[in-house]
Amino acid sequence: MSAGLAPEGGEPEFLRAFDIQAGDFAGAGNVSIAVKNLLKELGFAPEVLRRAAIAAFEAEMNVVMYGGGGHMEVFIAPRAVRLVISDHGPGIPDLDLAMQEGWSTATPEMREMGFGAGMGLPNIKRNSDQLRITTAPGQGTRLQVDIFPR
Amino acid sequence: MPASLAQVAQWLRADVLCCAHVLDRSITMCHGSDLMSDVLAFSHPNTLLLTGLTNPQVVRTAEVAGIYGVVFVRGKRPREVMVALAEEYGLPLMVSPYAMFDACGLLFSQGLRGWSLCGPGQRP
Ligand SMILES: Nc1ncnc2c1ncn2[C@@H]1O[C@H](COP(=O)(O)OP(=O)(O)O)[C@@H](O)[C@H]1O
Ligand SMILES: [Mg+2]
Repeated sequence: MSAGLAPEGGEPEFLRAFDIQAGDFAGAGNVSIAVKNLLKELGFAPEVLRRAAIAAFEAEMNVVMYGGGGHMEVFIAPRAVRLVISDHGPGIPDLDLAMQEGWSTATPEMREMGFGAGMGLPNIKRNSDQLRITTAPGQGTRLQVDIFPR
Repeated sequence: MPASLAQVAQWLRADVLCCAHVLDRSITMCHGSDLMSDVLAFSHPNTLLLTGLTNPQVVRTAEVAGIYGVVFVRGKRPREVMVALAEEYGLPLMVSPYAMFDACGLLFSQGLRGWSLCGPGQRP
């Protein structure tokens, strides 16, 4: 569970889980903002809040758009945040391709909302200190995002 | 060169839709985009966002990215629910009659810049 987390970050403990609704375009993003507020109340640095919120938001949008709903779990250590975002959707057949900037299977409806530029997964990676993705066709997708203060 | 949101409203002849009490906020950078992932990737915390999109994801993106204010261009008005959401986040929203290019040009001519000219270490 804690494999790879920097020693300064400490062992992350489970704090809370949030449901993410499938196809809820109007409400998409609310979970990430709730997570941001939760971390803010706990006193994390603005830079950690910002990176956690951006990674959470992109991951939440993906669960809403492609994942068929799922959830976001928040784990914290004194100086680190771990977000685990998982769904039981179709999975990502070619993860290397999906990680490339600009690659997207978004529908016109998603593009109209300002998403579907194929920047989500790269944005998540850029804002994480460690990102682990587990996915396979028909097996859903799980992202583990670790963030430490820089 | 930084500017206050009140100055921006004046330069863009914009209607302020909410959070008029924080128009003294100083912005140091502007970002004109309809791509929310780009906003998340390239904006800095005290940025002004100019956009032609008026869906709730714009307000949530702004909140997530720490955007200081949002200008909707070419007179597009967001729905009431979106204004209420922005009010809740303390995020000022304005509507300008100018189209994107002209709104950006007006701000540029007043000395404001985007991330590719003034972002830390991001000049092309
Ligand atoms: N949770 C997910 N389940 C299934 N497919 C996904 C998921 N997240 C991302 N993808 C796939 O990876 C692609 C790239 O995702 P991303 O980088 O977020 O860009 P975008 O959302 O703009 O398409 C998506 O278009 C989609 O095909
Ligand atoms: Mg995405």
